[in-house]
Amino acid sequence: MDADLLLILPLVLPLAAAVLALLFRNVPRVQAGINLISMSGVLAVSLGLLAMINEQGIQSFASGGWPAPFGIVLVADYLSVIMLIVSAIIGVAVAVYAIPNIDAERVHFGFYPFMNLLMLGINGSFLTGDLFNLYVWFEVMLISSFVLIVLGNTEDQLAGAVKYVMINLVSSLFFLTGAGLVYGTAGTLNMAELALVLNEVESSGLVTIISMMFLISFGIKAALFPLFFWLPASYHTPPAAVSAFFAGLLTKVGVYAMIRVFTLLFTQDIGYTHTTMLMWVAGLTMVTGVLGAAAQNDFRRVLSFHIVSQIGYMIMGLAIYTPLALIGAVFYIIHHIIVKANLFLVSGVAQRLGGSFSLKKLKGLYAHHPGLAILFLIPAFSLAGFPPLSGFWAKLVLAKAGIEAGAYGIVAVAIAVGLFTMFSMTKIWVKAFLPGSSDPDAAENDATERRPMTMGTRLMYVPIAALAGITIMISVFAGPVFDLAERSANELSDSSAYIEAVLGHEESAADPYTRLDLDRRSGGVHAP
Amino acid sequence: METLLAFVIGALVAIAVYQLQRRDLVRMVIGIVILSNAVNLLLFTLGRMTRAEAPLIELGAKLPPEGSANPLSQALILTAIVIGFGLLAFSLVLVYRAYRSLDTVDAQDFVELEFDDA
Amino acid sequence: MRLSLILRTAARLLVPLMILFSVFLMLRGHNEAGGGFIGGLVSASAFALYAMAYGTQDARRALYADPRTLMASGVGIALVSALIPLFSGAPFFKGLWTTLPGGVKLGTPILFDIGVYLLVVGMTLVVIYELDDDGLSLFPRDNRPGTTPPSSPAA
Repeated sequence: MDADLLLILPLVLPLAAAVLALLFRNVPRVQAGINLISMSGVLAVSLGLLAMINEQGIQSFASGGWPAPFGIVLVADYLSVIMLIVSAIIGVAVAVYAIPNIDAERVHFGFYPFMNLLMLGINGSFLTGDLFNLYVWFEVMLISSFVLIVLGNTEDQLAGAVKYVMINLVSSLFFLTGAGLVYGTAGTLNMAELALVLNEVESSGLVTIISMMFLISFGIKAALFPLFFWLPASYHTPPAAVSAFFAGLLTKVGVYAMIRVFTLLFTQDIGYTHTTMLMWVAGLTMVTGVLGAAAQNDFRRVLSFHIVSQIGYMIMGLAIYTPLALIGAVFYIIHHIIVKANLFLVSGVAQRLGGSFSLKKLKGLYAHHPGLAILFLIPAFSLAGFPPLSGFWAKLVLAKAGIEAGAYGIVAVAIAVGLFTMFSMTKIWVKAFLPGSSDPDAAENDATERRPMTMGTRLMYVPIAALAGITIMISVFAGPVFDLAERSANELSDSSAYIEAVLGHEESAADPYTRLDLDRRSGGVHAP
Repeated sequence: METLLAFVIGALVAIAVYQLQRRDLVRMVIGIVILSNAVNLLLFTLGRMTRAEAPLIELGAKLPPEGSANPLSQALILTAIVIGFGLLAFSLVLVYRAYRSLDTVDAQDFVELEFDDA
Repeated sequence: MRLSLILRTAARLLVPLMILFSVFLMLRGHNEAGGGFIGGLVSASAFALYAMAYGTQDARRALYADPRTLMASGVGIALVSALIPLFSGAPFFKGLWTTLPGGVKLGTPILFDIGVYLLVVGMTLVVIYELDDDGLSLFPRDNRPGTTPPSSPAA
């Protein structure tokens, strides 16, 4: 198939699906079908794109026929495609899960259109090769996620959404400021050209300051210490299908953006940006996330805090910044998205069967639903890094990279945090799945009533089992996944292939048509 | 001109930060609006301040006339304004909805709401 | 707020003018200042004015179409305008032009502008109606039937 078509279909499919779903807004079945088709289509296209990159290297497409760096380019390298595939897998899983999980009222108010718009924003963020365009895709993603998080208008959701919206708006403005400063300094927003130009800027201090703007902005989106408070305040409020999608993907878009800018653009002062700032942030994120989780008593709030601590691992890989560490970060992202989304999906079934998300009310699920218990254990153990599951391999690679690079402190933190993660997962297991304590008051509570298995609940098992299967596949076939992560890490370590794929030959970049009369290489906004 | 605008942007950011520190959600939204305008102005300034013509390409020409303004930063601001408009509309509806349901716009109450159920 | 006779009379005169002006702005957009976005805003403010004068119930009726349908068709039209070049072998989003007999130029950018126009009208009206259905006292309250149509929470 045509490479250009493969690059635009991940954007066109969800947008077309959103339009159709909005037009068919009174026919929920049709909407669910459209949603499933669009998500599966994106998955198929992403796999096709991976095959194409395997054969022909990094693909790029200039929209409207405007050559880079003047037009907006879409670029697919290994990292982009891996992210596309994994998020499409989550998209398909959630599309199935949503059919029984999302009530008629939420469907009526536009669940499916906004789900597809969210997918559009996520795919756009992964594919774009232009910094300002990345901002636009972030906004597409944000506004759809805003709508999805309040959809249903319960008090919990409104209270959570206000925090989510406010802090993310501020984050967007940081991003916009950063993009503006980059443009003012370098005179371009094309990421491949920026990779060349930013290295030539004389006042490297200014570039470092700009990189910190991006650290703050993406740090809010990725829920890094100390900017993560919005996440546990909001992710437990929407229905399980929505929170699983958010938990799997939204913060990871922030991580993706961070990996992209801190490998391609801001590599001038690694000693400060990576080895100092990112390293400290990664360690503190891991620790605060896992400690926060220990204090929670809601199934999804425990999981939410664990998202925070797991993000720390990915950033740790970026902070160490050796090829092996980048492999670890990419591997960790693949593993984490699948596992974390799955745990949220499990929490939704637990809520259906046990009547609550609260760990104080849930109990004894194992006795009645051993299947669910096993499906919980697979991702939970994997998350904690229990050998031989996928999380173990991810953590092993990161630890090895850390030791090789001499970053013993962060490795110690990572291992300790892994143990604490085990503690949290055990806590959920004991409280929700094992028979309750001998407290007689609790036994009388309504939570002991058992909901019967319905058709809908059975359907919810399908994506959970599928994702658990994928986790096992990643664990057993860790070698091929590692290879894939390695190829991606090689591209990240050496950006020349990316730059060449986008800019092509130097003479096309010298086209005077839109070349702006900026003092682009003079170094600094206020340079005389 | 740049110096003047730098001070204007600084003043706007200061106002916005002050508003964002308030406990009233409506004021926080106003703070975000002011902040987004400050950022737009920053984008505009970073596109370089020059006395120039509007960058409209004459009929039949391929290039904008010599000495025309930088169109890219204007395009960026325009995009940012449109996005900001959508976000403002959304956040106003959200705050209003939250007020109707929770009967408060005080940020402190929202903090307490979070810890009630834990 | 009571229904104001002055506002109602003025609205009856102004609304058609504003809509006409919005279409003018949209079509002018390709070569001069204007465009789908600003045209859509002017048109939406025409309907907002109508809603202030006569109430949102009447304004909804005057619009015929549901604003959400407008949003969907707007995005759809814009998407089609971006896809058309693919069929003639040009890259996605390339602007294609054709000249009709009589020297009128038609092209995909116009289609895109029409899409933006519809989207902006739809979205702005969803927000305005949304605020009103919940009881914001900006709009006249009388002759409201007890049952208001369900409104999307924030769409």
